[in-house]
Amino acid sequence: MSTTHLNTHDAHDEHHDHDPAPHNVFGFWLYLMTDCLLFASVFATYAVLFMNTAGGVSGKDIFELDFVAYETAALLVSSITYGFAMICAHNKNKSGTLSWLLVTFILGGIFIAMEIYEFHHLIVNGNGPQTSAFLSAFFALVGTHGLHVTAGLIWMAILMIELVVSGFGSRTVTRLSCLSLFWHFLDVVWICVFTVVYLMGAI
Amino acid sequence: MSGHSSEANTHGSVKSYLTGFVLSVILTAIPFWMVMTETFDKGPTYITIILLAIVQIFVHLKYFLHLNFSDQGKLDTYSFIFAAVIIVMVVALSVWIIYASNAMMM
Repeated sequence: MSTTHLNTHDAHDEHHDHDPAPHNVFGFWLYLMTDCLLFASVFATYAVLFMNTAGGVSGKDIFELDFVAYETAALLVSSITYGFAMICAHNKNKSGTLSWLLVTFILGGIFIAMEIYEFHHLIVNGNGPQTSAFLSAFFALVGTHGLHVTAGLIWMAILMIELVVSGFGSRTVTRLSCLSLFWHFLDVVWICVFTVVYLMGAI
Repeated sequence: MSGHSSEANTHGSVKSYLTGFVLSVILTAIPFWMVMTETFDKGPTYITIILLAIVQIFVHLKYFLHLNFSDQGKLDTYSFIFAAVIIVMVVALSVWIIYASNAMMM
């Protein structure tokens, strides 16, 4: 991106203080749509492979639905707390934005911690990804989502540091809007994961 | 570039986030309850949880991702519809082809 472009952009932002630079956010949205395709391919792989347990465990044997329900709750609540952070950000309320981001970060951290615990538990009991096609597909699908959430958490930490250090710059709201899309998008993917993998696997 | 009405659409308000959240909680709790208590037969349970998941995806798209058909938001919506068409083709056709060939091998 050239400096001239950045300058014109900043000038543009001064005139539209509350404008979240929709063209930038649209570019990020297009990236998310390609990310959708990545998840769709992994879902297709899982749908094809999930019955091939190679004589080992199936979903019904290893899924603990109460545990998954708590994971789901953490992610769902983190969606609305990020929404509140965005509302504070549009009102240029720095402490409000930071507090809600911190709550969101903690909830996302709880989700990832629970997922790592679940993976560790499975591997220790001899149900690692190398055991069967079902488990390979399971680890690939849930792991891809988990890596995305981890990336989102790192991004959130960086934005919180930026807010503390330099406050609301001209592009802060745009950056927060992009992460907002990413975070809510991951929640949509999680709806598919808990429905297709955990609930349908446990029936 | 954007009037106040369309700004409310793209940003969301406390009320719209809460509406989306309450709907999501209901739409998540019902399928978990159905599967964990095994109140219904397998067939109806499968159909209900898939339908509720689809409804919940639309709730999230509307209340959290703010997809809409306003001048500002329609490009997002059209690109989503395009991606959704590709996804349905990739997932549904893969599953169809593999299961059909599996059935032929039996």
